Amino acid sequence: MSGSFRDLLPIIAVIGFFQLVVLQQPIPNLFDLLFGTLLVVLGLTFFVHGLELGLFPIGEAMARAFASKGSLFWLLAFAFALGFGTTVAEPALIAVANEAAEVAAGAGMVAREEAAMARYAIGLRLTVAVSVGLAIVIGVFRILKGWPIQYFIIAGYLLVVAMTMVAPRSIIGIAYDSGGVTTSTITVPLVTALGVGLAGSIKGRNPMVDGFGLIAFASLTPMIFVMAFGIVVH
Amino acid sequence: MGWLTGMLTAGLETMRDVLPIAAIIFGFQLFVIRKPIANVRRVLVGFAYVLLGLTLFIEGLERALFPLGRLMAQQLTDPAFIFGGIEQAAAAVHWWDYYWVYLFAFAIGFSTTAAEPSLLAVAIKANQVSAGAIGIRGLRIAVALGVAIGIALGSYRIVTGYPLHWFIIVGYVVVVIQTWYAPRLIIPLAYDSGGVTTSTVTVPLVAALGLGLAETVPGRSALIDGFGLIAFASLFPIMTVMAYAQLSQYIARRHRRRRRKTSQE
Repeated sequence: MSGSFRDLLPIIAVIGFFQLVVLQQPIPNLFDLLFGTLLVVLGLTFFVHGLELGLFPIGEAMARAFASKGSLFWLLAFAFALGFGTTVAEPALIAVANEAAEVAAGAGMVAREEAAMARYAIGLRLTVAVSVGLAIVIGVFRILKGWPIQYFIIAGYLLVVAMTMVAPRSIIGIAYDSGGVTTSTITVPLVTALGVGLAGSIKGRNPMVDGFGLIAFASLTPMIFVMAFGIVVH
Repeated sequence: MGWLTGMLTAGLETMRDVLPIAAIIFGFQLFVIRKPIANVRRVLVGFAYVLLGLTLFIEGLERALFPLGRLMAQQLTDPAFIFGGIEQAAAAVHWWDYYWVYLFAFAIGFSTTAAEPSLLAVAIKANQVSAGAIGIRGLRIAVALGVAIGIALGSYRIVTGYPLHWFIIVGYVVVVIQTWYAPRLIIPLAYDSGGVTTSTVTVPLVAALGLGLAETVPGRSALIDGFGLIAFASLFPIMTVMAYAQLSQYIARRHRRRRRKTSQE
């Protein structure tokens, strides 16, 4: 509880300083601010408690179960479902996809009518969700094989750069941002526990070196896929 | 009354986030693994806590910090504030005029990331897995510093209008070079920390800042130039986390060398 409060202090300090000293304006709704802060502190405390009780154990238990079952197909199917399923309904992604449709309509790439823009936004969302699903599949496969992560990431960077050269200019900003918005607060702990659990239950794998890295894949592939989407659509 | 309906909406939204995940987990557990979940009641209680925690968290932010944060982003990027009410010719905008914006970007990037729940989750896990070698606080500060630098630099880019991809490509080159020198253990965690930084707390405030800047800086379009801050915020933590590991390795080495020296004397 006190830890959660300490986490929040910097935000309060920043907002207080800029509002009172730089902008020189009073703080509106002081009661709302205090009560809201209390809710945030309570929320963080419950969240951390829930992580330890629920999300971490289930992620690791499933990783162990798949490892002992020894079915590569089902493990990869689970990895894909987790990546795709958690991304396709992500609110941040929905917001970005709708903005992207605006941009595309503004640049004259799709017709400025509701149906065409909605189709564009849904296409983009599915593209990102498939790319995150594939990212988790590739990442899980890498853990199984114990391949070093940096070669994958460097290859991914090269692909991003190459795609940037050929993709339409108006999609580049959206593509770069889409890498960051895909991983939600519930997906991250689950995917992390899955990776660490897998690496821990396979002989010769180090949970630190092999277990982390799934999220890195999930924030790299959307960039590539969204630019590919831009090239295909135009 | 307003509180209650707000809380309910936040709860339903969190539920919508959690449901697909729960469906996938329990579906695979029932039909593929076909084994009962160990401590199923504990896990369910854990899920309920996560749901409740995120609901309170989001509702609290929505009530307290977001409106003020958004308003401040607007006010700080307002030309009336930047130029102190003096009429300014559109062509004569100097990037340095926006210094308060860069400072705000840095401060808000740092403070929101330090409170980001998904970063906390990864830090807890990394601390467990490394048997305490990676400190929760140290990792979070390193990542928060990265986001702060990233967002400040991203704001500078929106003001100046330089192309986004040149910054990102240079960032990639730095990351690749650092990868050669960084301790092997930290590399996957560092790559991960790029993706975990931007969620519940950071995205709404950062998006407001980017949009405010792109709308008010002469010659920028909100639709084209407003994007890109999140990309910066997910690239720079990779560098700062590797730098943090390099720094702590360097300090540990020097410490050991000094101790060896004193024991020889």
